[in-house]
Amino acid sequence: MDMNEIKEIFFQECEEQLAELESGLLKLNDGDRDPETVNAVFRAVHSIKGGAGAFGLDDLVSFAHVFETTLDCVRSNKLEPNQDVLKVMLKSADVLADLVTASRDGGGVDEGRSRGLVKELEALARGEMPSGGASAEPAKPAAPKPAAAKAAPAPAAAPTDDSGFQPIPFTFDGFGGEEETLMEPTTFEVQFKPRRELYAKGNEAALLLRDLSRVGEMSINCDVSTLPAFDKLDPEEAYFSWTISVKTDKNEQDVRSVFEFAEWDCDLDVKVAQVATEELPMVPVPFDLSALDDDAGDDDQDNADDHAAADAVHAAETASNVTKLAAAAARVEKKESQSAAAAAAAANAANAANSAGQTIRVDLDRVDRLINLVGELVINQAMLSQSVIENDTTGTSAINMGLEELQQLTREIQDSVMAIRAQPVKPVFQRMSRIVREVADMVGKSIRLVTEGENTEVDKTVIDKLAEPLTHMIRNAVDHGIESPEKREASGKNPEGTVKLTAKHRSGRIVIELADDGAGINRERVRQKAIDNDLIAADSNLTDEEIDNLIFMPGFSTADKISDISGRGVGMDVVKRSIQALGGRISISSRPGHGSTFTMSLPLTLAVLDGMVVTVAGQTLVVPLTAIVETLQPEAAAIHSFGANQRLISIRNSFCPLVDVGRILNFRGTQANPVEGVALLVESEGGGQRALMVDAIQGQRQVVIKSLEANYTHVPGIAAATILGDGRVALILDVDAVVAASRGQSLRQDSGMKSDMSLAATG
Amino acid sequence: MKKKVLTVDDSRTIRNMLLVTLNNAGFETIQAEDGVEGLEVLEDCNPDVIVTDINMPRLDGFGFIEGVRRNERYRAVPILVLTTESDAEKKNRARQAGATGWIVKPFDPVKLIDAIERVTA
Repeated sequence: MDMNEIKEIFFQECEEQLAELESGLLKLNDGDRDPETVNAVFRAVHSIKGGAGAFGLDDLVSFAHVFETTLDCVRSNKLEPNQDVLKVMLKSADVLADLVTASRDGGGVDEGRSRGLVKELEALARGEMPSGGASAEPAKPAAPKPAAAKAAPAPAAAPTDDSGFQPIPFTFDGFGGEEETLMEPTTFEVQFKPRRELYAKGNEAALLLRDLSRVGEMSINCDVSTLPAFDKLDPEEAYFSWTISVKTDKNEQDVRSVFEFAEWDCDLDVKVAQVATEELPMVPVPFDLSALDDDAGDDDQDNADDHAAADAVHAAETASNVTKLAAAAARVEKKESQSAAAAAAAANAANAANSAGQTIRVDLDRVDRLINLVGELVINQAMLSQSVIENDTTGTSAINMGLEELQQLTREIQDSVMAIRAQPVKPVFQRMSRIVREVADMVGKSIRLVTEGENTEVDKTVIDKLAEPLTHMIRNAVDHGIESPEKREASGKNPEGTVKLTAKHRSGRIVIELADDGAGINRERVRQKAIDNDLIAADSNLTDEEIDNLIFMPGFSTADKISDISGRGVGMDVVKRSIQALGGRISISSRPGHGSTFTMSLPLTLAVLDGMVVTVAGQTLVVPLTAIVETLQPEAAAIHSFGANQRLISIRNSFCPLVDVGRILNFRGTQANPVEGVALLVESEGGGQRALMVDAIQGQRQVVIKSLEANYTHVPGIAAATILGDGRVALILDVDAVVAASRGQSLRQDSGMKSDMSLAATG
Repeated sequence: MKKKVLTVDDSRTIRNMLLVTLNNAGFETIQAEDGVEGLEVLEDCNPDVIVTDINMPRLDGFGFIEGVRRNERYRAVPILVLTTESDAEKKNRARQAGATGWIVKPFDPVKLIDAIERVTA
């Protein structure tokens, strides 16, 4: 692993911490006062700062530092996290996210904004409440002053607290020692008397003396006079004190720094010795460190020991040995357990790995590869079954049973693999709260985003592709959906608008709802717009639902003037197309004065689906099982003609339009006789039911989805392709497109809608 | 024999840095993600020195150090506190909990290895 990889990890971690930060702040915003929530928020910023410091990302460090300082005030109950405070914090979280992105991908951030927030945060930390006006004031864009670019977040140079936090770039080179400043050698006299606590905290006199010996030429004298008789000896007590004379070219600070960790737990006195070294009563002792090494030391041999005075050496050894003794029985135990520990080493490693957490990180490519392989396995298993059935006329039950088990296992493997890819929609939902904040700020509205079902899981591909259409819809909802506070007040609503984002599982799909409590679709205006834009004929007669759905048509935009937020030439038609590209559907329901609700329904996975294999005009097609409500054999009496070439089927006293799949897909030119085929009753996006006419049903099967777009080109009415057990390619029917096509024809005839809003739109 | 270091830090970035630095310097490294896990891992790993962060979920550095010091087997193991918080109050609390020494984050490898060398034989 090198620095780049660690940096990559750092940015991944930042993403997680930012998500943590935001959800924590939102919880606080909802009145959560759990200290653990505050701690988690603090830790998130703290972690980002820590990592950023190691990589020398100064802008990030200094902003995180100010943010952290303010959060610390909240943590220590010096600052009440009320709505106004949280508003600043949420914005700061956004800026922090921007800084992370800028650090990763290069590029700049809105410096005016971050500087403004730094000021606000510092004011909060000083205990000044944000004045309503100041915080509501939209952030001014950074003035293009060249000087401002360099100044960056101001506090970089002057940290606001006294910790003197200074980022030090982290590097792996240069393990070498530091250059020391050369000075005239001085002799220091050090008095060192450890206290019991020194040993209790894991420090050791012998090690400190060893370190001291590295500062310069040293002679030591150990005072053992307080050592009691052996039977009175407390192994944990500190009995010895030392007088050391060190001749070094370093200064007093360097000598003292040896005792940095121990200075609280010992009596220490360092002073420049009175010259005349010769008259010292103590004998210079070459400090033998070999005793410190458990396995008969071989590393440090700094001092020549030829001129050692034998008794002094003895004294030193005793000192060092007793020190070892005093350093607690634990050491002895440690030694005893060493062999045991070695034996258990492998097990330990395994244990450590086990307890390291219940999650692992896997490269997405590996999972994708696995999914592809499982897909092939499913196809292969189907082919195997088929050829056994074809060749084995005797129907040996053992083989059949084996095959059935294989099928079961394949299925389970597949489900498990899919589960690996399943992710909660939470990250996407969290991103939306920022968008709501920013857009609401920009247009001067006050809007609350409520999310529900964030932990609903769906395939990662779906999540990744969900963000963009969702962002667009959220922008629309905030910009167009919700009215201005004045208007809301005038119509007796809460001036604060609400946008609600919900995710849930429903019959094998994920359903995402985006509801606003705004004014709802202005149908008169939509209709007029559609007429103006030549989308519908001026005299066309549309239902409310049809009018609402006009906003999904290409080239439709209701905003009178194109705003900065949602009107970048991208309309709801693009949203609809991206949802459809995911095999999803989108619909809208709206109540004037009460708001609009967009409902998206998406498949949980883009890899497999349960399908009904059917025959239509000699072709084999797969109809997604989730769409099918029931299948039935039409009777001649139940078929009724309607209009020129429409037919209805009566099912349990209700009429349902009959859709000839073969004709819609242009497999044949004439209507098939419904009595000879099978009807599949399907639920379509608009809510209504349709009966799809196919020639015959072959069976139910799980099929692996192969993208038609990726391998060939988009075909209207077809969602994707698959490979069947016999190795042939079959097309998967896009039920909604087919239903819409049948409706599209009728729309064209009845209401004069010019554009074919179904099949064309799916392209 | 290689010296064994137990590191306790909730940040994946810092954990990786510690791992690389310590491995490069010839230490055997065992890692835990928070105080609770640190105490669990401690039971079996028998470290020569422990390096721990302060700010961690579940059990913070102070609690972890106290836990180690309460353990008969490990109460004399040197513990270095690795934290961005270099202010005297935090340092003092860590010392009262039983920390041997500290390393101010963002650390550089030299400082880290140096501190470890200082407290181990």
